[in-house]
Amino acid sequence: MTFWNNPINFIGNWLTGLLTGWHLPVALATILLYIIGITVLIVFAMTLDIGLVWVERKVVARFQDRLGPNRIGPFGLIQPVADIIKMVIKEDITPAGADKIIYNIAPVLAATSVILLWAILPLASTIYGVDLNVGLLYIVAAGALGTLAIIMAGWSSNNKYALLGAFRMVSNMISYEIPMVIILLIPTILANTMSVQGITQAQSGMWFAILSPLALLIFVISAIAELGRSPFDLNEAESEIVAGFHIEYTGMKFGWFYAGELLHAFTFGGFMAILFFGGYGGFFGLEKLAAFGWLNIPFVQALVFITKAMIGYWVIMWVKYSVPRIRIDHMLAFNWKFLVPLALVVLVNTAVLNKVLIDLPGWLYVLGMFGSNIVIGFITVEILRAHGRKQRSLTPPSPQPLHPSGHMSQGERGV
Amino acid sequence: MSIPLSWYLILAAALFCIGLYGVLSRKNAIAILLGVELMLNAVNINLVAFWRYLNPAQMAGQAFAVIVFAVAAAEVAVGLALIISVYRRRKTVVADEIDLMKW
Amino acid sequence: MTAEQIIFILTGALVLGSGLMVVTVRNLLHAALWLVASLFGVAILYAILQANFLAVVQVVVYIGAIAVLFIFAVMLTRRELMEKGRQTRPNRWLPALLGLLILSGLVVLILSVPGVENTAAALPAGLDTVRALGTALVSPDAYVVPFEVASVLMLAALVGAVYVATAEKK
Repeated sequence: MTFWNNPINFIGNWLTGLLTGWHLPVALATILLYIIGITVLIVFAMTLDIGLVWVERKVVARFQDRLGPNRIGPFGLIQPVADIIKMVIKEDITPAGADKIIYNIAPVLAATSVILLWAILPLASTIYGVDLNVGLLYIVAAGALGTLAIIMAGWSSNNKYALLGAFRMVSNMISYEIPMVIILLIPTILANTMSVQGITQAQSGMWFAILSPLALLIFVISAIAELGRSPFDLNEAESEIVAGFHIEYTGMKFGWFYAGELLHAFTFGGFMAILFFGGYGGFFGLEKLAAFGWLNIPFVQALVFITKAMIGYWVIMWVKYSVPRIRIDHMLAFNWKFLVPLALVVLVNTAVLNKVLIDLPGWLYVLGMFGSNIVIGFITVEILRAHGRKQRSLTPPSPQPLHPSGHMSQGERGV
Repeated sequence: MSIPLSWYLILAAALFCIGLYGVLSRKNAIAILLGVELMLNAVNINLVAFWRYLNPAQMAGQAFAVIVFAVAAAEVAVGLALIISVYRRRKTVVADEIDLMKW
Repeated sequence: MTAEQIIFILTGALVLGSGLMVVTVRNLLHAALWLVASLFGVAILYAILQANFLAVVQVVVYIGAIAVLFIFAVMLTRRELMEKGRQTRPNRWLPALLGLLILSGLVVLILSVPGVENTAAALPAGLDTVRALGTALVSPDAYVVPFEVASVLMLAALVGAVYVATAEKK
């Protein structure tokens, strides 16, 4: 094992040798190494988070046809540092009547539930925190902790808008957990394992995005809803409910919520990359050729992963800045009446076809799975169209308002 | 593995008794349900400890624990729905005051 | 005192300490949050016992769903006077005495079983607990019938809870 193909174990062994050379007992050295490893991982995640603040502001600016921060540092790269300094020096207000302990724990729990996800995110085949054999369920569990943090924040703020926002946000999040859990079963079926490393390595032949594009679509939608980002951000938009559950949070506590949300979005971009686009690998078998052996170096794999995660994050931002908000009852109706049945149909279809087609040659399998998804998508669109046609025929069209004199007004004369 | 089985069993027994104390001594119906949850968790710890220590290849312990999860979730859902419904009618959740059917 | 034993003792302290706070704290919302801490400790215990699927399902089901339900129920049934008055019935020494008696009886019973001081053997090599659990839950000569009955039970609970909790339309 050299540094280049197994960096973390190499450094771990070297440090263990160093510490036991200083006459530390092995158990203590191991615990110390674990603590150092956890600290390095958290520092990496939070530093990435700072960079994400810059990415977010530049991208939203470009979508809105303006430049974004460009004064502080070249291309505004030092802007996030200025943001953080601003947040840290702001006054820290606790509202009267707030439940102090819960009020202070809530932002920490919200950020913790995101950082916990980084324990299983594999950056390369040998750079990862831990390889749980129930990795996919762990994602759902960390989301559950985030839900708890939001209720705690909403309740302890002693503010009716915060409480309403928290209720809506939590009902949103637990509703959209259901299609997400159903869809997380699809990479499990296709890769025969729930461990995240196993799923990434099972995609070395063919991406799961091609085997099951509908699963990718439903995962993206439910991920955006889980994050509470637009178009599902009724619960925390300023024009709707005055920032929802984090109204009363100022300064760095709000900074934790904000940073946690950005990091959560990037982490879900990362999971999109891992579960459906091959993660750090997925070059369709190219890396087995001798000329492309450099694709197996962990640092190259980490770069590939971060690029794919950035593309996933960009898709999430693209949806956020292009689509208007959805009302809360439409959100929930969309979930229960459309996404859950569709997710169940896609799951049953994938499970059955996986068993039936598994013996056929590779390209026939891919064609069968992809084709079945197209068929299901087509049928869904037809059902929606029929439903829309029926709705339109029930409500008569509204008559065109005429100018008082009976003619069309100047501007409408077909010019 | 250096933890004797008795430690797990004693922990589960202690948790069960704490839950029992909660059920018997609290007035609020929701607090009673919290005690019931603690007791269910104690039972689950017992089941999983026995699975691990006696015969890990036989999945009865874990399967039973999964069924207990499901039943506990169902029970909490229905119990809390009932409590909320009673609260709407009688404006109280104190268990002693819900006594219309007493003789 | 191995590292595992230290972790077990700390987790046991978390579980039992949070459990005690659940049953004694006056503010009901705090009690629900202490329940979350206790359930999280139980999840850690499952992870120590190498039942990782159960540990993660514990967090998802208990903390993500049941604890959230409790918190919602507490918020929906609040009355101002409730948190100021006594939270426990009078003569609560009787349940405490009963609890202690039952605890001592159980401890004596546990310690009298032979073989209870054994430590666990290692898991058989090649046993994938998640796969084995999945197979056990759906194979006809294992536990598929309780599994299906549990799913019917949950359907009944779902319909029942929604019906009971829906406010009457005036």
